[in-house]
Amino acid sequence: MPQIVVENLVKTFRVAERKAGTWGALKGLFHRRYRTVRALDGISFTMEAGELVGYIGPNGAGKSTTVKVLSGILIPDSGRCLVMGRIPWKERTAHVAEIGVVFGQRTQLWWDLPVIESFELLREIYRIPRREYLQTRDELVAMMRLEPLLDTPVRQLSLGQRMRCDLAAAFLHRPKLLFLDEPTIGLDAASKLAVRDYIKRLNRQGVSVILTTHDMDDIEALCRRILLINRGRILFDGALEALRAQVSRERQLVILLAHEETWVEDPDAQVLRRNGHHLTLRFDPARISAAELIARITARYEIRDLYVENPPIEEIVAQIYEEEAP
Amino acid sequence: MGLEDFAHRFLRRIALLGSMVGDGARLYGHYMALSIRAQMQYRASFIMLAVGHFISTGIEFLGIWALFARFGNLKGWTLPEVALFYGIVNVSFALAEGAMRGFDTFDSLIRSGDFDRLLLRPRSIALQMAGRELQLMRIGRFFQGLLVLGWGAATLGIPWTATRLAICFGAILGGAFVFAGLFVLQATLCFWTVESIEIVNTTTYGGVETAQFPLTIYRDWFRRFFTYIVPLAGVTYFPILAILGRHDPLGTSRLFQALAPLVGPLFFAVTLQIWRFGVRHYHSTGS
Amino acid sequence: MSAYVALFKARLRMGLQYRAAALAGFGTQLFWGLIRLMIFDAFFRSSMTPQPITYQQTVDYLWLTQALLLILPMRLEGEIQQMIRTGAVAYELARPTDLYWFWFFRSWAGRTASILLRAGPLYLIAWLFFGLKAPPSWASAGAFLLSLFGASALGCALTTLMTISLLWTISGEGISRLLNILAYVFSGSVVPLPFYPPWAQRVLNFLPFGGLMDTPFRLYSGHIPPQACWAAIGQQFAWTVALILLGRWILARGLKRLVVQGG
Repeated sequence: MPQIVVENLVKTFRVAERKAGTWGALKGLFHRRYRTVRALDGISFTMEAGELVGYIGPNGAGKSTTVKVLSGILIPDSGRCLVMGRIPWKERTAHVAEIGVVFGQRTQLWWDLPVIESFELLREIYRIPRREYLQTRDELVAMMRLEPLLDTPVRQLSLGQRMRCDLAAAFLHRPKLLFLDEPTIGLDAASKLAVRDYIKRLNRQGVSVILTTHDMDDIEALCRRILLINRGRILFDGALEALRAQVSRERQLVILLAHEETWVEDPDAQVLRRNGHHLTLRFDPARISAAELIARITARYEIRDLYVENPPIEEIVAQIYEEEAP
Repeated sequence: MGLEDFAHRFLRRIALLGSMVGDGARLYGHYMALSIRAQMQYRASFIMLAVGHFISTGIEFLGIWALFARFGNLKGWTLPEVALFYGIVNVSFALAEGAMRGFDTFDSLIRSGDFDRLLLRPRSIALQMAGRELQLMRIGRFFQGLLVLGWGAATLGIPWTATRLAICFGAILGGAFVFAGLFVLQATLCFWTVESIEIVNTTTYGGVETAQFPLTIYRDWFRRFFTYIVPLAGVTYFPILAILGRHDPLGTSRLFQALAPLVGPLFFAVTLQIWRFGVRHYHSTGS
Repeated sequence: MSAYVALFKARLRMGLQYRAAALAGFGTQLFWGLIRLMIFDAFFRSSMTPQPITYQQTVDYLWLTQALLLILPMRLEGEIQQMIRTGAVAYELARPTDLYWFWFFRSWAGRTASILLRAGPLYLIAWLFFGLKAPPSWASAGAFLLSLFGASALGCALTTLMTISLLWTISGEGISRLLNILAYVFSGSVVPLPFYPPWAQRVLNFLPFGGLMDTPFRLYSGHIPPQACWAAIGQQFAWTVALILLGRWILARGLKRLVVQGG
């Protein structure tokens, strides 16, 4: 039995149209026009326990709507949804006791209280037995190095510190499923790494994670499975490599030239980008293998350094969005 | 099956209810303790706020005093009698104001999206709302009302028997429930329109304004509204009649007058149901 | 100047857009007006003693209070408060223009729009259905309008003063709240000033707050005869100037303090 079953979820919203200008505003006083937005247009997928899924899509694609439905906040218009055997919005209390949610932009901690007080309050709210709580708490504090932060009021924490505390707070009641919505947004590099490490470790313990993010580095580092949504529809559901392969089989060769002015060209490769000494070539490994291309390039030009990489996920994703554009 | 079985199940149900209430009470207590501690951190500020609140709410009574100095009486009611109304209403409202702050600021909660967080916790939403903040500064209005009430009672020379005290107490608590219910209704409105609605203040502050005077001075339709719809009459007019030993032109009995404040908790329960309906609506439409 | 006209229009537009709030605000004031009306009606019926103002003048006063409630420096510019709390006030202070006048006129543009939106319908309804009468003479009407203008400027000076005092965090809030309450009561919104005992009235008539409502309303109903309007308006003006000067002085000191503290 999969942990999450989603079948043909549909959710529409009514949005009021606001007219511009003073005259429009006056008219709006008496007659309001509404348009319907199809936030979810029949999405379906399943997820097994212990998976770490990346949920990506442009803004307004339906990501947060999906998360809201799965967490029980929103009731869909139609479709089936089972999380851990329950219908989320029908058994709210039982359901939310087993999930954890982190919103990147908002904290769930109490602003004026020291972090540890927030933790204690959450213990009370989730009715966590004392011994379990202490064990989990100490584990998390050690894992995320929160010790020095515990007595600090949340409002005095930096963004990175706050996010680490939020992530710990979301797991205090040992949920089996975590929804993380943009957890690395606005964080410095070190914090991002810490957050990714934490997510990986939790997942290894068996916690399922649905990670919504715009940060492709997060995806590359953490997710083996990707769900791509746009305009309320799932465009892709599968492994990251499959996503790459689906869009393009190309790879990129990044070269650091010895001399800036060197003109580089090759029959089997295209120059994608050029920035001073850095040059990026695009090639199709089916046409020419990486090894062959490297041999050719190094034979012809003076190279200081080079490496082969996959095209950044952004480009791949952007391409998919483009394909779906009307 | 039998009486014994029934009694057994009934007691179990009571025990369950009791543990639920106890469980909720413990959480509420935790919230309160934190809220109080947070506010006591800024002790100077708290005192200033409380004093300011005392003055700002009390200054109205000076206006009433001035009017009585000019007019002498208000449709047969004297200033000390009106002071009873004023005092009880203000004490009731102060209690509600202090306890229901979470509902009072509900519009900002919805707009910031933090309401979703409440839905993600395995607890009653209303309980979480009530626990958001215990506004200590409302103690200003509380004392101001108490002072006026005390002055009125002293001037009238009311003999405070146990019954009278109980009725007074009941009126204050009942009133607190009515105003609390109004705060809940006020918050419920935010589910339908996120624009800040001043009109809800009409019912809360307007209610205070209105009930500060005996309801008999108002026009019929008004009086009916505040008797049957927002039952302020039940928590001020009727119990005060009993305390004063005054005859009611509407012909109600002393017993009725003494028990009238029970409409308070009833009203509150009704508003909580409406609130639940609002939460349901939120679930369907998002924010 | 065009900036302020634009601001005025923007605020007007915003006020119209939030139609539920507009309707609600209207309904609220209507309700309050009715409550007050009934209370005073009951008082007047309870005594034969002649009062300092007549019943009709009281009715006018009460309705004008509701219609023009937004003149009072009541609503602390929540945005500015928020800005100070988040530190965005640094952007404000970096403006090349004179900060005081910028705040003053921004406040004035916005509030005038809000006042008009609220006052128009309320006045109409009260006049049609609830006993509000037109001024007894054109002279009174003119005097009223002039003093109304003075009142809005005075209100704006007070609001700006309150805004400035917020530069001093906690104590600023206290001062703002205090001004708020004093303005509310001493302008005559709770009880029309003429009802207060004579010794109180001497003080109240000196304070600036009376100029916000009491002065224009009594000019409206003729309680202050139109010939006497110049003295009344002159007092409004004098207080406005004094408050502007005070505001500018405090602002200058406040800015210095902020800079010294490193914002």
